[in-house]
Amino acid sequence: MSLVRYQTPGSVMWPSLNRWANLRDDLDTLLELPFLTGTSRQAQLFNGWTPALDLYQNTDNVVAIVELPGMRKEDIEISLHDGMLTIGGERKEQTDEGQSATRTERSTGKFRRSITLPTRVDANKVNATYKDGLLTVTLPKAEEAKPKQIQVNVS
Amino acid sequence: MNTLVRENHSRGTNGERPAEQFIAPAATVLENSEGYTLEVEMPGVSKENLEMWVENNELTIVGRRSMPSVEGTLLHRESRPENFRRTFELDPSINGEKISAKIDQGVVTLTLPKAEQVKPRKIAVA
Repeated sequence: MSLVRYQTPGSVMWPSLNRWANLRDDLDTLLELPFLTGTSRQAQLFNGWTPALDLYQNTDNVVAIVELPGMRKEDIEISLHDGMLTIGGERKEQTDEGQSATRTERSTGKFRRSITLPTRVDANKVNATYKDGLLTVTLPKAEEAKPKQIQVNVS
Repeated sequence: MNTLVRENHSRGTNGERPAEQFIAPAATVLENSEGYTLEVEMPGVSKENLEMWVENNELTIVGRRSMPSVEGTLLHRESRPENFRRTFELDPSINGEKISAKIDQGVVTLTLPKAEQVKPRKIAVA
């Protein structure tokens, strides 16, 4: 008789799921299905909708751009807490009476993305615009976080 | 699949790849007795940068993205730089002359009405 070390089902599950995700990525590349990165595909398996987010930084601002096609402005929520920017909301399914879906690739439902900001920002001056399905959030850096030129005095 | 706005994966003659790389946008197809509604997600595409045509019973949608240009360093990226392109084979029941489209906040909505002869018609009992 041999002693088999106990493994939690979870730790067995993960590697195999990973393999499936990789395989699906390969297949999707072949079939040209809408692109999702490996991580976002896995996130999508468990959480629903994961819109793509880009983050930029320059001397004055931190800028986040999120792909949110077909939202209503009122349904987008932006919050800032402890140096973490959170963008969330809900896209409702819009089906008229008598309509049935023959293909559904667009995600509906709730989503939430959080990202830690690289520097401190001025929460009172955050500005957001929504155009062509892209949400642009501009977060001005706090004064103390901006780079400063230091004059060297030579005596 | 009998009645559907079907996707076409073929790449034109000789299966040549077009020089430009595109990504296929997510699409949803809804159907009722009047026709089909096709919703295609194209974030970053404005009305001016959207092109659609029907050729050989195939509907092609091309959307070119104009992303807001941000000066500075990119810290994190999930979006893709490629433009969107997708082709759908039209069901014979669709009246190709009457397709209409609009774009609102990065979603293209196409209305593809069915031809009169395929719509269900009530027959009155004399």
